[in-house]
Formats: sequence, C-alpha cells, structure tokens
Amino acid sequence: MLVMRHISKVFRTDLIETHALRDFSLEVAEGDFVAVTGPSGSGKTTFLNVAGLLEGFDTGSYSLDGVDTSGLSDDARSRLRNEKIGFIFQSFNLIPDLDIFDNVDVPLRYRRMKTAERRERITSALDLVGLASRAHHLPSQLSGGQQQRVAIARAIAGDPKFLLADEPTGNLDSLMARQVMDLLEQINEMGTTIVLVTHDPELARRAQRNVQIIDGQVSDYRPYESHVRPVREAAPQAAGATT
Amino acid sequence: MMGYYLKLAARSLARNPGLTSLMVLAIALGIAVCVVTLTVHHGMSSNPIWWKNDRLYAVTVDAWDPERPANEKRPALPPPDLTWRDAEAITRSDTPQRAVRMFKGYGVLSAGDPASKARPEQVLARVTTADFFDMFEVPFRFGNGWKSAADTGPEPVIVLSEEMNEHFFGGADSVGKTIRWDDREYRVIGVLEHWHPAPKFYDVNNGAFDDPEEIYIPFGWTDKLELRSAGNTNCWKPEDIQSFADFLRSECVWLQVWVELPDAAARERMQSYLDNYVAGERRNGRFQRPNNNRLTKVDQWLADNDVVGNDSPMLVALAFAFFTVCLINTVGLLLAKFLGSAALTGVRRALGASRKQIFLQHLTEAGLLASLGAALGVVLAGAGLWGLRIMYASPREGLTGLMHVNAWSLVITVALAIGASLAAGLYPAWRVGRLAPAVYLKSQ
Ligand SMILES: Nc1ncnc2c1ncn2[C@@H]1O[C@H](COP(=O)(O)OP(=O)(O)O)[C@@H](O)[C@H]1O
Ligand SMILES: [Mg+2]
Repeated sequence: MLVMRHISKVFRTDLIETHALRDFSLEVAEGDFVAVTGPSGSGKTTFLNVAGLLEGFDTGSYSLDGVDTSGLSDDARSRLRNEKIGFIFQSFNLIPDLDIFDNVDVPLRYRRMKTAERRERITSALDLVGLASRAHHLPSQLSGGQQQRVAIARAIAGDPKFLLADEPTGNLDSLMARQVMDLLEQINEMGTTIVLVTHDPELARRAQRNVQIIDGQVSDYRPYESHVRPVREAAPQAAGATT
Repeated sequence: MMGYYLKLAARSLARNPGLTSLMVLAIALGIAVCVVTLTVHHGMSSNPIWWKNDRLYAVTVDAWDPERPANEKRPALPPPDLTWRDAEAITRSDTPQRAVRMFKGYGVLSAGDPASKARPEQVLARVTTADFFDMFEVPFRFGNGWKSAADTGPEPVIVLSEEMNEHFFGGADSVGKTIRWDDREYRVIGVLEHWHPAPKFYDVNNGAFDDPEEIYIPFGWTDKLELRSAGNTNCWKPEDIQSFADFLRSECVWLQVWVELPDAAARERMQSYLDNYVAGERRNGRFQRPNNNRLTKVDQWLADNDVVGNDSPMLVALAFAFFTVCLINTVGLLLAKFLGSAALTGVRRALGASRKQIFLQHLTEAGLLASLGAALGVVLAGAGLWGLRIMYASPREGLTGLMHVNAWSLVITVALAIGASLAAGLYPAWRVGRLAPAVYLKSQ
C-alpha cells in the first residue's frame, strides 16, 4: 500500500517557483495496476520520483508499505527503494558498459546477497522477459524494445512490491509498446503493484484503474474507501489469479 | 562490495582510455618529479654514516682572530679545520677509542714498474693517521690500512682507491706491488672497495660532494715531505712564514680532526680534555675568543656546515608544488568525468544505491587511478634517476653515490602519492554522491 496525503513539492530556482505537486493525495493498493495520465508538466514524473523516494517533498505525508518515509536517512531510503521499488524509464537507462546480465545485477549488488542467489534471480528475470539468450550482449547490441525488456527484468529482479514506470513505451513503436504492456500485465498478475505513467490512452485503458494528474493534483481524487473496484478484479478468473 | 566497485572502476577507466591516460600521466609525472627530487635531496643531505652518529665527533676549537669570527655568516661556529699544533695536541688524548688527524693532499701517481703502460695520474690524496679506515668503516677489496706505527715511521705504504687500482693494476690484487707518488716509491698495502660517501662528511670544507681521495698516505709523511694541503688553508694572523716549520707553528687552519667516543662518559672526558688544553693555551696568549670547544656529531656537523644547501628545501617545495598542480588537474578531470556520467549515477540511485555506496564506488575508481599513476610514476622516476646518473656520471662516477634510490623514501613517496590522489578523488566522489538523482533521470 502506497499512501500519499496532502503532499506539496515546490521547485525553486533563482527566477521561479514551480509547484510541481500541490495538496497531492493518492493511495495505491497492493496488486493494483494504475495508469497515470495528464498533460506534460503536470507533475507525473515528480509524483513517481517522490513515490520512489528519489525525491523528497515539502509538506504532507507519505507511507510506503506501512513505513512512514519522512525523516528517514539516505541509507534507509536507499534500502527501502532497493527492496520495495523497481523503476522503469522512458529511455531505458541501461548502463552501456555493462552487459545485460550485469545490468540486471545492479539492484541486487546493493543488497547482501549470495552470488548463487543473484545468478538465479538474474536468470529467471531474463527468462521472464525472454532475453536469457542475450545475457552477455551489450545494451547497444539490442533493439529498443529488447532494451526496455532488459530494464523491466532489472526492475523486477529484486522482487519489489511496486513497479514505477515513467512512459516506458514512449520511445517504442506500437508493436513493441504492446509487447512491453503485455509483459507489465503479466508481472502485475504475478502480484506486483504497478504505477504506469503514459500518454497513450489505449494503454491506459488496459490498466485496472486510471488516475489523471492536472496541475500537480489528482483531478478526480476520492479517498480510497469509495473506489469502485476495478473491472478486472471483479471477473472471477482474474480474482482467482491474484489470490 | 569492494570487488564490485573495483570491477566497475576498471570498466569505467577502460571506457575512456584517452582521459584515463591523461589522469594517470598527471599523477605519474607528479610522483616521478617528487621521487627524483627527494632521492637527490636525500642523497645530498643524508648522513652516510648514520649508524655511528652517536660515536663519531668532529673536533673543533676556536683559535681564530679575536676581532672577528671565522665564519661571518655563522659567528657562533669555530673554524671547521684546525692548526697543526692543536690537531697534534688533541689527538694525543688517550680517551678516544680512535682518533684521526688528516688533510687533503695532491701529487702525481705513476706506475712503479717501468714496464707498465699506465699513464701517470694527477691525484688527490688523503694524508691521514691510521684510524681513518676503521673509524669510518672504509671497505677494502684487498689488504687493509696501516698500523699507527706506519704513521710515526713513517712507512712508505699506500692505500689505493678502486679506480686507481683499476687504472694501474687492471683491478688485480696489487697488495705488495710498488707505485710512485711524486718522486717516491710506496708499497700498496690495501685497495678499497667502491666507496663514495655522499656527502663526504669527514671533510666538508673541501668539496662536500666531491669523490673521496684516490690514494691514502700515512700522516707522518707530512713534515718529512713538507706536504701542503690541496684543500683550504685559512690564516688570519699576520705571521712571518718562511719555512715549513714556520707554517706548522702558525695559526693557519687546514687539518681535520675526528674522534670516536664509545659512550657519554668518554665524551665528557674528551670535552674536559679539550677545555683543559684550551685553558692552557690561553695562558700562552692564544685562544682569545670565547671558549668554543666542540665535539660535533655527524648530522649536526653537516647541518652546521650547510651541507644541506638552502636550495634543497626549496627544490623539495617546488617538487611538491608541481605534484599539487598535477593533483589539482586530476581533481578537475575526475570531477568532469564523474559529473559527465551523472545520469548513470542517477540510475544506480534509482535502483537502490545509497549516497555512501555511490561515494565509495567513485572513490574506488579514484584509488585505482591513483595506483596506476603511482606505478607509472615509479617507473618514470626510475628512468629519471637513471637519466641523471648518465648525465652526471664523470669518468670517476661523479655524483652516482647520490642516486641510489632509498627504498624507504620510495615507499613513503608512493604511499603519499596514493594518499594524496585518493584525497584528490574525495571531492569529486563526494560531489557525485550529493547529486540529486531525480534531476538527471528527468532530463532523459
Ligand atoms: N528539478 C526541477 N527543477 C525545477 N522545476 C522542475 C524540476 N523538475 C520538474 N520541474 C517542474 O515541475 C513541473 C512538473 O514536472 P514533471 O513532474 O516532470 O511533469 P510531467 O512528468 O507531468 O511532464 C514542471 O513544470 C517542471 O518544469
Ligand atoms: Mg514526465
């Protein structure tokens, strides 16, 4: 469960103050697949960065999986981020001089984990995205869609509860975009909560829940209790898959 | 984790070989210049007989001009050399375990065997009493020095340097052979091993970094042959010097006196012997300056005589300044490099790296760079010293004694270099650790 209450985030430069988030409240429940849409500059990325503990905030409260994040040290925030959160970016952000295997290895390196376990997790993550055979290729030797699938493998290798994806299909053609979306759905069905920022209405429609951010706020925010349960969860076979 | 950081550092350094070589070269040059300078400085200023520093003493007394000190720049010091009669009186004490009086002479050395084709050589001679060799631990290849009986005789015996033995006897054992010095024949009784104390502590007033003398002659020949010093003879008193005997009686200083005193008690006894002697001479109208009877240890002796030249600390300071410039360059390049890959750092942060882990990762890279720089620096320093050795090598080896790299100073410099380079990496590593990751991710 990810709970943000009355968060405000202001960027101050010499010339201007930008209120990127204002009185921003949102809950994301375990197992959700939330699509976030909104105009450019409305605060979507800022929301993801705050949610992913990459960025602090000025006022309000944020608890992640039951942990109140305010006042945590950098070490604690980093550990929490490493264990609970996987990031996927629009531009893949693979590390160019590490091969695919070593890229997926990165988040695992920041935990105390035995070599054998790391190896096993990397292999199974690469298996899931269908790129196990490319483990020793460099990122530059893969297509954009493949690179994004590696990034997904890297994001889930540590088995995080939350996957935060910032326009992951923005740099991909529609076929590859659909493949990535299929993959995200598959991961969500295995229990990972996903927050997906996207411009593509077609992809947004495939999520269980849609949230629109306008001008630093969720435009149609209602407290969690009054949510209508999403369609897919109501379907008996899908409900069976999530429990 | 260290292993992982090292692997990342190696990858990162390999990714940009041009920049990496530039940084390694900057560190290496800085280190090389420092090692070369320190080695030369160390050779020039170090005490070549440090292990006897507590036993060997240069003896000086002040029989100089009542009106002015012997050394205007250092008025507290007595003259570094002694008069004939003071040298004789002082070495008459039976307190020292060993004692020498001596001076630097000269003459022409020629083959004793008329059949020899070796050219005659103009040589410098150390005219000394017998204890010289044991006292200064002079190494012998063949034979040895003379007994003190040879001084009083005096006996026509001679000790040759390694180089002279090479020149006249082709390096063979020449003990028992004859050789001519000026117009007399001497019997070779010893040949030295390679021996180049630097500085030449036992006679700093006559070329502190000169090579040792080429031959050694018993002191007793001085008055027999009326030998004069090839070094400094300094006189202050207007005296009527007609004969050699007049010269020996004069207040001119030209002899070096050293004593070996095994312990503090001996030292005290020697000091009071000196004080008594000077007090007696005072009653004869000599020694009209303040009492200044000194027993000076080798290290102090070198310092008193400015053997550590003033330009040496300056040179060392310059070398370190150069090193600092090299390091600052490296800091700049490292900073540019680390900040240049800020986006990748942002990715690592997003994947769970803490600030500390990012800092350590980059510090490791700086450390690896520093180690490479240090390794190359040592190689460059070796080449530099080798070059100096070739440049300064006179036919008789010149300054080579100075150029032996002291293992200790090498270790210290390298440790210092790695430490300094790490310090140079601290700031860039810290800066990159402080980057707000989100900014760099967003700009993608
Ligand atoms: N580091 C920053 N410094 C200053 N302004 C920023 C910074 N990051 C974002 N902003 C501003 O905050 C607002 C929200 O940005 P962002 O969250 O990136 O929007 P979105 O992802 O919805 O396009 C924008 O007006 C943007 O210019
Ligand atoms: Mg954005």
